[in-house]
Amino acid sequence: MSHISPVIWQFLVKWMTNFALYPPEASKIAPQMDALIFFMVLVSLVGLTIVILLVTSFCILYNKERHPVAVQIEGSTLLEATWTIIPLGLFLIMFVWGALIYFRIYTPPANAMNIYVVGKQWMWKAEHPGGQHEINSLHVPTGRAVQLTLISQDVFHSFSIPAFRVKREAIPGRYTTVWFEATTPGTYHLFCTQYCGTNHSAMIGDIVVMTPDDFKKWLADSTSGTSLAQNGERLFASLSCNACHNGRPDSRGPSLANVYGSKLALSTGGTVTADEAYLRESILNPSQHVTQGYAPIMPTYQGQISEDGVIALVEYIKNLNSNYRVEQTLNTTDLLPESEGSPRRPAPAGVKPAGQGVVKP
Amino acid sequence: MSSSTIISLPDQSTARIPKVNFLTKENGLLSWLLTGDHKRIAILYLISITFFFFIGGALAGLIRLELLTPQADLMATDTYNKVFTMHGVVMIFLFLVPSVPATIGNFVLPIMLGAKDLALPKINLLSWYLYVVGGILVLYTMISGGVDTGWTFTVPLSTHYLNTNVLSTGLAVFVAGFSSIFTGLNFIVTIHKMRAPGMTWFRMPLFIWSHYAASILMVLGTPVLAIAIVLVALERTIGIGVFDPAKGGDPLLFQHLFWFYSHPAVYIMILPGMGVISEVVSTFSRKRVFGYTAVAFSSVAIAVFGFFVWEHHMFIMGVSNYSTLVFSLLTMLVAVPSAIKIFNWTFTLYKGSITFETPMLYAFGFMGLFTIGGLTGVFLGTTGTDIHLTETYFIVAHFHFVMVGGMLMAFLAGIHFWWPKITGRMYPEKISQLAAVVTFIGFNFTFFPQFILGTLGMPRRYAAYPPEFQILNVFSTAGASILGVGYLLPILYLTWSLKYGEIAGNNPWQATGLEWQIQSPPLTENFPVTPIMDHEAYDYEWLERQQQKEVASVG
Amino acid sequence: MSDSPAIVHGAAEAHHEHPAWQRHHFESVDQQADAAGFAMWLFLLTEIMFFGGLFTAYLIYRNWYYPAFVAGSHQLSIPLGGANTLLLITSSFTMAMGVWCAETRRKGGLVLCLVLTFILGAGFLGIKTIEYGEKIEKHHVPGFHFSLDSFTHPDKTNPVTRNDQPLAVDMARHTEVYFSLYFAMTGMHALHMIIGIGILAFMIFRAQAGAYTTGHVTFVENFGLYWHFVDIVWIFLFPLLYLISRH
Repeated sequence: MSHISPVIWQFLVKWMTNFALYPPEASKIAPQMDALIFFMVLVSLVGLTIVILLVTSFCILYNKERHPVAVQIEGSTLLEATWTIIPLGLFLIMFVWGALIYFRIYTPPANAMNIYVVGKQWMWKAEHPGGQHEINSLHVPTGRAVQLTLISQDVFHSFSIPAFRVKREAIPGRYTTVWFEATTPGTYHLFCTQYCGTNHSAMIGDIVVMTPDDFKKWLADSTSGTSLAQNGERLFASLSCNACHNGRPDSRGPSLANVYGSKLALSTGGTVTADEAYLRESILNPSQHVTQGYAPIMPTYQGQISEDGVIALVEYIKNLNSNYRVEQTLNTTDLLPESEGSPRRPAPAGVKPAGQGVVKP
Repeated sequence: MSSSTIISLPDQSTARIPKVNFLTKENGLLSWLLTGDHKRIAILYLISITFFFFIGGALAGLIRLELLTPQADLMATDTYNKVFTMHGVVMIFLFLVPSVPATIGNFVLPIMLGAKDLALPKINLLSWYLYVVGGILVLYTMISGGVDTGWTFTVPLSTHYLNTNVLSTGLAVFVAGFSSIFTGLNFIVTIHKMRAPGMTWFRMPLFIWSHYAASILMVLGTPVLAIAIVLVALERTIGIGVFDPAKGGDPLLFQHLFWFYSHPAVYIMILPGMGVISEVVSTFSRKRVFGYTAVAFSSVAIAVFGFFVWEHHMFIMGVSNYSTLVFSLLTMLVAVPSAIKIFNWTFTLYKGSITFETPMLYAFGFMGLFTIGGLTGVFLGTTGTDIHLTETYFIVAHFHFVMVGGMLMAFLAGIHFWWPKITGRMYPEKISQLAAVVTFIGFNFTFFPQFILGTLGMPRRYAAYPPEFQILNVFSTAGASILGVGYLLPILYLTWSLKYGEIAGNNPWQATGLEWQIQSPPLTENFPVTPIMDHEAYDYEWLERQQQKEVASVG
Repeated sequence: MSDSPAIVHGAAEAHHEHPAWQRHHFESVDQQADAAGFAMWLFLLTEIMFFGGLFTAYLIYRNWYYPAFVAGSHQLSIPLGGANTLLLITSSFTMAMGVWCAETRRKGGLVLCLVLTFILGAGFLGIKTIEYGEKIEKHHVPGFHFSLDSFTHPDKTNPVTRNDQPLAVDMARHTEVYFSLYFAMTGMHALHMIIGIGILAFMIFRAQAGAYTTGHVTFVENFGLYWHFVDIVWIFLFPLLYLISRH
């Protein structure tokens, strides 16, 4: 046969590519993960082959007809040591290699583009900072680090993208993060992999990877008009946050300008980096997260906002690099301290003016 | 008698089952239901766990039938969720945990030690009744609508988001847990306090060492599961808030409490099986187990390390990255003793005199399948690869390889090995060897494709899946039907053998344990005279001298 | 069972004498007593693991929500808790005396000690009932109209809570976790006390009939172990639940 019939070739290719042994490698970490898995498969094959060969050959050489009298052997410390140390050594190699990959996947780089994902029974809601919302799908560009900040509105879910080799639990009550950098445009599976009730198997979707240009186009086409931060600004006003967080010298709450990413001194004496999780916690459990120099008077908003709302507020605060926007919002509300009954009180002694109490890194 | 077998039976034309034995000593239903005899309790357990095994197996059949097609078309997804939940609950708590310890262990452990019974016979009987109550509660759950939390009861799904029978299932597991605790307690006391004169720790059969290690796990681990269930029940009924983030609780606390037991639970399930394999491999190679001390200590090592690895079930749940380093490292350490055992059994074959009766076939199946299952555990214990493989069919394949390919094969090996001792009769050898081979083939067809499905990303607990996964699922279901045949055959021929099996005599396998030096079936008090242990375990030379003495004195 | 100390077996079984209470699977009474004692210690070990889960939850949440735990603990009455502690410690003493009486074959002494232990234990449960009643009145039972009032507006008339800072609502909510653990831990403990008292009642009748003063003291000794264990659990519970931040 000088050439393979094109029909048969097509059939073979289709069969081979459909009958894959592992998913497509569509992220930067995928080949690294596959290399480790391949190493493990190799070690397992070698180990299994050794055991099978030994057992089979012993069974042939020493079966009763051939070897009627058994030779009693107590043991061999050398052999024990060998088959303790070699497996342990191999397992430790896997441990170290795997730990490196694990830390790589769960330590998002600082410049990653952040997308929020809220899981609820039985759908995934992805929220891009520019205000694009997706249900059961996620559009991402190639060549850019993308961080997902996940949370669940009800039970445990798990956001799984086999093609990227990443997976992370979405838990009620706290943010979890994972990041990836997509490499190959295409559409890939999104699964929920933590059993979450009736329609667990239906909580699936598409991860759509696009070239950066296509992605920009998609962003422009899918925007709802307002970004997450703008939504957050509206919430900030409607929830009267600016009654206290208004950036004035004598305000009851610390200024939120540039607070994201800064190190805060807490009233309990420690310092903390104000990341998304901290911002969320300080909205829902404020009395445990009081900045030094301020009174613990902030009411809790638990039960008054959804996780989507919290995300919008967090995004707003993240983008707050001056008090200008806060002032603007103030002017459109009647929540200025002037409008309260009592005249403006002078700042109590010891309370630093707004903007201090923030320890710049 | 062919020389490729070690079976040595008395002359069938004159052999009889001994008139006085534990089965004939007393008659009537009450003599069974109120017995203190560890051998009768073992048989009570054997009947009950076989019953529940077939219920769990039927549920498995339903799962595989549903997964023949990508759509959720055989049953409603709610029903499917109930089916896999109850398959897990029944198989783990009502079959695997008590399988070898409560049936074979109860029967054989005191005899191996030279004792007349376990230390606490009434507690032993109580243990069976607790098991039955647990089983009845599970049956009640199934009849009254089922439960669909998954056997792992993840909160807050099980506390706030389901209205199925979570409480009755929790109660069933709670009660069955105490059954397990009391069995383990009994074993530990017996091993410490009731060994025959001369039976030092290092003269005990390795079966005892495995059961000792498993009993430590039962006794120390199960209470933590009990308290986790109590808290789930309180959270579900009263809403106390320990697991509810809105009230300041933490759902991850449940995960820690649950897995603190459920990881040692898997060693509770496998260690007794490993004990069986030690006995079988030794007997059918006519050799002392290679590296007796290493195998004994490896059982204890697995028990100790097994308590410190539970977080490897939670690697992707947002736990501290640094904590995963600790638990992953410890997981690597716990994998090594199992590897040591496999190599020791392999080298027991070296320069032995090997025959291939049914128990040995099951033992070989165990060695191969447990090796695969155990190695894939390392894939999962490695944090990086766990991210891709966890919560997929890779996990399902992994634990079925160790539990079904490992533990269930060991259980069948043990049942066949000690069947002549328990009943006085041999099972039919040829058909049982066939069943062992059929089981092995069916098992591989069923579960090996699931490794690939998992690597491809197919999640577990899915009633419907993307169409490209169908062909592997069809393979798996086809294998399951073969596996079903393999498990059905023993029920048929073992029952047949009760009436028509050949009379076994004391020691059909020419084995060295104390249990093989007494009649089959044994007397109620096991030993007419307390034996004195004056030789090492697996001493085939001692056995030869005994046999020569018998020939000399009788002949 | 009669007081006859020995049973002699005939030729059909091995010819040996043994006390009436020795079970046939044991070689000697010593082995039997040894095994029973070992079994009881092992059982207590499982109980430690059982309570351990609750203690773990307590430690974690106390670390996270310390102010709520302080406020919750201020709602418990130290006089009542202290009285309970005294009752239990004394009952452990009377129990230990009971064991000594059994070992030295003092039937009257044994019955007296058991009765005293019973009364002290019942007293403990009585005080517990009063405490639980108070909680119900003040709506401090999680899941049953749990009220945050006492924590957001501390009672100024009460000397214990007079100087307490009012808690913000989100921290006050965490007192529900404190009380959940309070009820779970003391409730589980009380359940063990109830079982113990039930067994004590049984033992008083048997002791009166002389069952434990003929040399067969295993039951009394092992029950003593159980009772001391229940006491020790309380000795951990009392400071952890009642004495948070009391100087």
